[in-house]
Amino acid sequence: MLQQPYDTEVGAGTMAPETFLRVLGPKPYRVGYAQPSRRPADGRYGENPNRLFKHTQFQLILKPPPVNVQEQYLESLEAIGIDLKKHDLKFEEDNWEWPAGGAWGVGWQVMLDGLEITQFTYFQQCGGMDLDPMCAELTYGLERIAAFLQDVDSIYEIEWARNPETGAVVTYGDVRLSEELQFSVYNFEEADVERLWAHFNSYEAEAQGLLERAGKLMADEKAPAKEKQRFPLLAAYELALKCSNLFNLLDARGAVSVTERVGVIGRIRALAVGVARAYAQQQAAA
Amino acid sequence: MADFLLEIGLEEVPARMIAAAEAELLTRVRALLTRERLVVPEAKATSYSTPRRLAVLMEGVLAAQADSEEKLTGPAWKVAFKEGTATAAAQAFAKKAGVAVEALEKVETPKGEYVGATVKRVGRAAAEILAAEVPKEVLGLYWAKNMYWRAGKPERFVRPVRWVAAMLDAAVVPLEVAGIAAGNASRGHRVLHGDAAVVLEKAAGYAEALRAAKVVVSVPERRERIRKALDKATRTVAGARWREDHELVETVTHLTEWPTVILGAFEREYLELPEEVLVTVMRDHQKYFAVEGADGKLAPHFLAVLNTEVDAEGEAIIRHGNARVLRARFKDARFFWDFDQKTPLAERVESLKHVTFQKELGSYYWKTLENLKVARELAAAVKTAGVKLDEAALLKAAELAKTDLTTELVKEFTELQGMIGGLYARAQGLGETVAKAIYDQYTPASIEDAIPQKVEGQLLGLADRIQTIVAMFGIGNAPTGSKDPLALRRAANAIVKILAESGLPLRLSDAMGAAASKDGQVSEFLRERLSFYLKDVRGFAYDVVGAVLAAEADDVRDAMARAEALTAVRDGEDFAAISAAFKRIKNILRQAGEKGFKVGSPKSVKLAAEAQALRDAAAALAPKVAALRQERSYEEALALIATLRPVVDTFFDKVMVLDADEAVRGANLGLIDEVLRGFSGIADFSEIVTS
Repeated sequence: MLQQPYDTEVGAGTMAPETFLRVLGPKPYRVGYAQPSRRPADGRYGENPNRLFKHTQFQLILKPPPVNVQEQYLESLEAIGIDLKKHDLKFEEDNWEWPAGGAWGVGWQVMLDGLEITQFTYFQQCGGMDLDPMCAELTYGLERIAAFLQDVDSIYEIEWARNPETGAVVTYGDVRLSEELQFSVYNFEEADVERLWAHFNSYEAEAQGLLERAGKLMADEKAPAKEKQRFPLLAAYELALKCSNLFNLLDARGAVSVTERVGVIGRIRALAVGVARAYAQQQAAA
Repeated sequence: MADFLLEIGLEEVPARMIAAAEAELLTRVRALLTRERLVVPEAKATSYSTPRRLAVLMEGVLAAQADSEEKLTGPAWKVAFKEGTATAAAQAFAKKAGVAVEALEKVETPKGEYVGATVKRVGRAAAEILAAEVPKEVLGLYWAKNMYWRAGKPERFVRPVRWVAAMLDAAVVPLEVAGIAAGNASRGHRVLHGDAAVVLEKAAGYAEALRAAKVVVSVPERRERIRKALDKATRTVAGARWREDHELVETVTHLTEWPTVILGAFEREYLELPEEVLVTVMRDHQKYFAVEGADGKLAPHFLAVLNTEVDAEGEAIIRHGNARVLRARFKDARFFWDFDQKTPLAERVESLKHVTFQKELGSYYWKTLENLKVARELAAAVKTAGVKLDEAALLKAAELAKTDLTTELVKEFTELQGMIGGLYARAQGLGETVAKAIYDQYTPASIEDAIPQKVEGQLLGLADRIQTIVAMFGIGNAPTGSKDPLALRRAANAIVKILAESGLPLRLSDAMGAAASKDGQVSEFLRERLSFYLKDVRGFAYDVVGAVLAAEADDVRDAMARAEALTAVRDGEDFAAISAAFKRIKNILRQAGEKGFKVGSPKSVKLAAEAQALRDAAAALAPKVAALRQERSYEEALALIATLRPVVDTFFDKVMVLDADEAVRGANLGLIDEVLRGFSGIADFSEIVTS
């Protein structure tokens, strides 16, 4: 099924609950969505033709994956107009991990004529728990693929839309350049470090409060299943995502020393992994 | 006899793991067939691999094991048969051996009569054994990183197993690996052949059947093909050569099933970026080979190894695509280069406070200050010994050496740490000596690397590593066993190598200076590295190294000279005898010590004539040996010591060292102790292994 992207800032499609939480537990699931993904430190003021603060990942979760998942993936490339007979394609080892989410997998970066167009991962653990069944996670880099298909040197030259009557073209740059520029300025220069930390602490405190109650409730064998199911873990996860994004902003701002880094990632991890654990219990209670 | 083929079809295996897995599978299959008596030891076996498969073809496999007989021995005859009747013991033995009681035999042994049984074993069919054992061997392969894919996680393997071919000649061996039943079908190249099965008619035709399906299964053949294709593509540029890169050749060999090569170009303007950066982008990020012109300088071309074969149109598309990616990468690198230049290295020292060197110790700012202290000490020590150096440049280099850690380019290309700092220092007009010292601070990176050419670079490299080792030992982070996460052994190897191969007049103890810990742990560690260097890098025999380092292990170059001299003389007959005699002296002294015998003075009593002769000879020789040692004429000194042999031999023939008389014994012990000490300054000969 197709889903809408998640409407809170995430660093990657994996972090959207449609992946992070749905991969947990035994229930089969297949979903695809185009997820805008923010990486504040990757912003280049719109000056670099290949790097973006915000790019779009088409994220596909196949739980469990079909045995011919690779072949189906290749067919998907053919379907968007890539004639593999005229290109060079390689699956090169690239393992993925998101330490703050206790998540990792093994897989490949798929290289098409030397361009990484997809991250292909067999998701093994999430929230520090083994996944059974495991899933295939296919992350297509949409800007790169579009630039490739349209044969343009800069992402900003990608044709986003064309007026069928006049032939007038709207480019990716027309749509997004100012966003890249302004957010680069904000992320690198303007964001108020103290307030970012205050936001971080505030979101964290709220998430922790929810998690503490969730922990007690899920462990309580006498608590009615309904009570467990209505507990707002999804909200707790969203708060964890807020923290993650704030951390990335602080990092881009140069406000996190290497020493602090590990500690802050640990705090986010406690939230994300905590939600994942509770979520698994919540699902089991259903 | 038949050929056995095993092919494990996989999703793309990481290139870095394939070679070892291919070799291990071959070893395992051969060992299995040998253990099961299904092949002769010299049977020919070939292994193959591509990213999508591991395969073994074993020739001369028997259809079945030969039948065999085994003789078992049981209880004593008189226990087993009482008055001709089988007892419970006989029956139990017969049951265990699987024979009737009537078939039991009487066996004569040196210990008396025993019950024996001859057990006949019918050989099992090869197919049956293979079906039972091969899956275990396959799943036992070692992988650096594993995954699971089936529900319930019944096995872990590098990537999912997608097909298995197992055949004895034309017959399928009914085995199953990770839930996949073996058949006689393989798969060809993903794109060039497509999804249709490649049916194998017989095991022996494996490589040819796959070649027809656009897969070259032989690794050496693919490697050769790639090398030739690289040559051919490069020839289209006059005078050009591709940069040899063995590691990259191996990588692309393991990334392809049907390799071809294209030559692409990039804009000349990118050649303004440092070559190191360009080559790293091409090699590490894109797996392209760099091309150089007749002048040895980088040419604006690259070579990409493809895993396909395309027509001219496809080639143009692929060339264009690869060139675009490379251009983007270069643009990125140039962006970083320009961006980094806005903040000169000198302004980056402060920001090292935010880069952790080691949690318990401090930041790179702290390390920079510590490195400066060590660098000053080293500079003072070598200057005293008359070495000319630009001390200001050394200290400037030490101050700025770590600042490139804060640059975008190093964050992007961590492997260029040091080099980038050096290049920036040069671009920022800090002078060639400073730039070169920073550039070379991590060389030698491996024991094969050359050391920095200039004194300042050598001293900076020493200071940095000495500081690291001493600081790490100081907080209890010495390497243990195979654990050396901070690569301290490599750092110490580099220290030894720089001292051995530079002209620096530094002993290990001078180098470690005040920084060395008091408990001797660091010097023991360095001694171990020196021993490694002499043995593994310089190729000296282990006993020679042991002997030399037992005498002294501080002056690296002196230890090398002594090891050379000792190697030259050790096989001489007289010298071997002296070594044996010294070993004997050591043993006697040890025994005496254990028995509590006192070592007296040889002057205290009148010695036996042979003992006195030894004493005189030794006394006459000692000053000459000392003089030769002083001028480092070790070979002559050792040759001179060897002339002691006749008196030493006579001494041991005629004199009982451990004489019953305490005074005589004490004097004798004193004598041999004196000889041992007097002549062990170059090497401890007792360590030499004599035949």
